[in-house]
Amino acid sequence: MQQIWHMFRRELKAYFVSPIAYIVIAIFLIVAGWFFFSPFFIRGQATMRYFFELLPFIFSFVVPAITMKLFSEELNTGSYELLLTMPVNFRQVLIAKLLAGTLFTAVMLLPTIAYPVCISLVGDLDWGPVIGGYLGALFLGFVFASIGLFASSLTRNQIIAFIIAAATCFILTILDALLFFLPASIVDFLAYLSASAHFDNISKGVVDSRDIIYFLSVSFVSLYGAYLVLTEKQ
Amino acid sequence: MIKVENLTRYYNDVCAVNRINLEINKGEVLGLLGPNGAGKTTTLRMLTGFLRPSAGTIRVKDMSIDTDILAIKSIMGYLPEAAPIYPEMLVYDYLNYVADIRGIPKGNQLSRVREMAEMCGLHSVMHQPVAELSKGYKQRVGLAHAMMNDPEILVLDEPTSGLDPNQIVEIRDIIRRIGKEKTIIFSTHILSEAEATCDRIAIIDKGKIVADETTRALKQQESMETVINLVIAGVDQKNAKSTLDKIEGVLEVWEPGADSIARNGEIHLKLRCTAAEDLRQRIYRQVRQTDWEVLEFYSETPSLENIFRKLTTAAD
Repeated sequence: MQQIWHMFRRELKAYFVSPIAYIVIAIFLIVAGWFFFSPFFIRGQATMRYFFELLPFIFSFVVPAITMKLFSEELNTGSYELLLTMPVNFRQVLIAKLLAGTLFTAVMLLPTIAYPVCISLVGDLDWGPVIGGYLGALFLGFVFASIGLFASSLTRNQIIAFIIAAATCFILTILDALLFFLPASIVDFLAYLSASAHFDNISKGVVDSRDIIYFLSVSFVSLYGAYLVLTEKQ
Repeated sequence: MIKVENLTRYYNDVCAVNRINLEINKGEVLGLLGPNGAGKTTTLRMLTGFLRPSAGTIRVKDMSIDTDILAIKSIMGYLPEAAPIYPEMLVYDYLNYVADIRGIPKGNQLSRVREMAEMCGLHSVMHQPVAELSKGYKQRVGLAHAMMNDPEILVLDEPTSGLDPNQIVEIRDIIRRIGKEKTIIFSTHILSEAEATCDRIAIIDKGKIVADETTRALKQQESMETVINLVIAGVDQKNAKSTLDKIEGVLEVWEPGADSIARNGEIHLKLRCTAAEDLRQRIYRQVRQTDWEVLEFYSETPSLENIFRKLTTAAD
């Protein structure tokens, strides 16, 4: 437990001493802000719904950019060897890195709280879906970070890790929009795999155990995959 | 202290370490010696739990590496070859982080970090990022990392590679100093280094241990033979070699290194001879019968280099 905490702190610090963290945050805020606010006054509705509809798409590119270095960089510089010869095991390393990635996503989301605050000043905002939306966004960040972590454990090349993770996250995001191509028999099953559908539920303010189980299970599968990859590397 | 039995490791189909048996006693300084690619690093990585053996067992203080890996890691300090430390971290932060992970109580941390900084001469760089350090300083940070928890066993992978001569002497001094109390295993391909610092030397070649003896015993073995150097001109290498090979008492003739065919047709040859009799006159008489031009003719003080050579080229 102690070790997880110390590794987590180190990872988080490593994010904030490098300029990349600030660049990623800045890009996220610019992209999210632009796509959300440019049609906002045309719609003329005091709601955050469109922001949260947008979020899975933006996250599927931004979160992999955050997580791509978590293992790839260590594998590339060799610091992985020093890390693993200290008294820690894979489980602790994975948890620490996942938490660091997730918390960084949360920090990135933090400034966007200004949006609902501003909206509530000019219109009548329903705060229920907003809170649900942020909760869902945290889950989404957690799941995408798990996928990113898995991709990062596969290769010492950060760009490859990014592409694998971004492609996976993006497919999970658009899966429910693709379903009309497919026979009805497998639609139900594939619809369940779609990350954005589950995220939509939560962001409407409905916190259903099915959605939470979905997020936890995707995350678990990714982490277990990363665990197997690391074991294989031994 | 450490018992290694039939240790084997494959990388896909390539056998890097082939059924190694080693026993390391408490307080011993063991040098793992071998040419590049002999399997030294792989062996050390398995000892530290970074790599899993394909076959064989490692036991440290009666703990098995399969089941008690965390306990073993916590009494072991390891310095990998290039000291791959997080480049963005400050030295001070890094040492604190290591102390944290190693579970050193908060109250003792500062004094422990200070002690390490003193021992490894890190005072002047404590507040610099690791990326800005020279290789020697990085190696020292790695050494401080390895010794942070006062480990019973210290594993060092080529601790002096890439350092300048002064730094090599310093690192060797540190190894010798801590070697008085601790069990140290270190790998090197520099013979004089092993000779100067180790109690015992295991020579490893192509994944196998070809010699495992105390430094003194190895040297004694060496004194059974002498090496005579001959620099000649006016003859081609093959001819010279075959002529010299025929002299009674000459065990082997070889050219040391790639630069042996030097400029202007000079040929540098080394002759491994029995020490039972003095062969210098016999060689001289043999050479006098030819029209070679002798440029240099001298015998070498015995060193481990020759025995190393003998052991690691024997299979060819």
